Amino acid sequence: MKKLTAAALAILFLFPLLWSAWASFRTPTGFSLENYSRLFTSDNGIRFEHVFNSVAVSVLTVGGTLVIATLGGYAFGRFQFPGKNALFLLTLAILMVPYATILIALYVLLGWIGLEDSLVGLSAVLIMFQLPFSIFMMRNSFEAIPKELEEQALIDGCGSFGILTRVMLHAVRPGLVTVGLFAFLTSWSEFFAPLILLNSTDKFTMMLAVVNMRTASFGAIDYAALEAGVTFMAVPCLLLFLFLQRSYVRGFMSGALRG
Amino acid sequence: MTLLAPAKPPVLPAAPARRRRDTRRWIGALYAAPTAFVVGMFFVVPLGLVAWMSLHHWPLLGPPELNAPENYAALSDDDLLATAAWFTLKYTVVVTVLLFALSFGLALVVQHRSRGVGLLRTAFFLPAAVGFASASLLFLGMLSDEIGPVNRILEAVGLLDGYVSWTSGSPNTALGSAVGLVLWRFAGFNMLILLTGLQAIPVDVYEAARLDGATSWQIFRRITVPLMRTTIALVLTLMVTGSLLAFDQFWILTRGGPDNSTTSLVMVIYREAFIELDLGSAAAISVVLLGVLIVFNVVQLGMLRRKG
Repeated sequence: MKKLTAAALAILFLFPLLWSAWASFRTPTGFSLENYSRLFTSDNGIRFEHVFNSVAVSVLTVGGTLVIATLGGYAFGRFQFPGKNALFLLTLAILMVPYATILIALYVLLGWIGLEDSLVGLSAVLIMFQLPFSIFMMRNSFEAIPKELEEQALIDGCGSFGILTRVMLHAVRPGLVTVGLFAFLTSWSEFFAPLILLNSTDKFTMMLAVVNMRTASFGAIDYAALEAGVTFMAVPCLLLFLFLQRSYVRGFMSGALRG
Repeated sequence: MTLLAPAKPPVLPAAPARRRRDTRRWIGALYAAPTAFVVGMFFVVPLGLVAWMSLHHWPLLGPPELNAPENYAALSDDDLLATAAWFTLKYTVVVTVLLFALSFGLALVVQHRSRGVGLLRTAFFLPAAVGFASASLLFLGMLSDEIGPVNRILEAVGLLDGYVSWTSGSPNTALGSAVGLVLWRFAGFNMLILLTGLQAIPVDVYEAARLDGATSWQIFRRITVPLMRTTIALVLTLMVTGSLLAFDQFWILTRGGPDNSTTSLVMVIYREAFIELDLGSAAAISVVLLGVLIVFNVVQLGMLRRKG
């Protein structure tokens, strides 16, 4: 009985995803790619530059997050320096100050430094939102590395950067996978930050373009094309998640939520 | 702490060791510099700026002008803000209660490894891999009368009699649509967090209680819940904060309607800034919302500390 309820629940959770994929191919007369072709050709749909913009924002955000969180995690996990605890707490405080409340200020600030309506500016903001989770995660990963590993490299004549690249990076790989996947899932599907920070339609990410098909249409909404957009956006996330699930969930459960 | 000083042979004289320790401090600070730059530039500065902006008449275009405390004073006359604040509060209570119950239930279902549990975990968590805005569009289609199966299924089962316009028909169905969406999208994620707390409880504690003749309800009440206090607090904080800042689900699914009945606080901020073009007023609402959240978090942490 318990098993049956659990299975029914699982089906209930999977149903919307399966339905969306089904509806994206469904046409009044059968199944075809018609909805997708409307998605990519209609005035309000996805254009090539939107795909490019989404990929660019994801690459910049994932890359930037990985680099900054690796260096920062190394610093917090392996070094003592002035202001260490203050900076760590300040980074975690980003979680306490939800970003919707500072996006108005970020919009003005990015304008001042010449990054208005810019993919680089958007990525910088997305990196900042990723930092509390990523720094916490990477600090724990670096702290868990046994001291002997570092000492051996030190005797072999490595500097601190050599130790990082030759010895440590390999050891913190599970943490990097979790941080990178999390940054990708967020940046690929983020809606509110790009909505505020990007103004011109040729700078839109795919997410903005697809939502635009709903919000910019005053008449009938093209639901089938909308579901094609949802499916098109979701497939990379679902595949990547299923592929990396094991290390993602393990990293998530051991590193991110300890303590 | 892992490393107070670099690995050094004890025979080294004191002075070079100290110098090396000093250098090492600087190297550490250097590795932390990118983090400090991003946090300073994109978090600390905007935090100050939003407070500064709230004291000004700050149009989207054109020079700002000091007008404190007008932005704050005007908040009390804002009818839409009052409706939105009330609605957001109601939504937060409904979502937190339902989402917590569902997530905890799912965590209990999948807590022990056995055949098929891995699949269940994946199924429950999978919606979290889809973006929230995508999920909102998915539900928009699913609940629509044009292509959505929900009305037809409910009618076939006999739960529904005739056509219901879920997302825009009435304030209650619109709220219900958003709640259903949030439950589907976030239950698995919260289940995973609760699972970490459940699995951190040592097995012998349960065994000892069972030997003493405790029923499963007593074990749940007296052992599971108290021992999971930190995890439960974390999950509740995430749920309350997330709900108070609700935007995507209402912006996309209900468009704040019908008749502004599902307009959330963050939607009002957006509207002030980019439709009324009044950034100062939007900043003032942000500051108030921020204050409420900080008070909430401090009270919550205080309660946790007193009990623990």
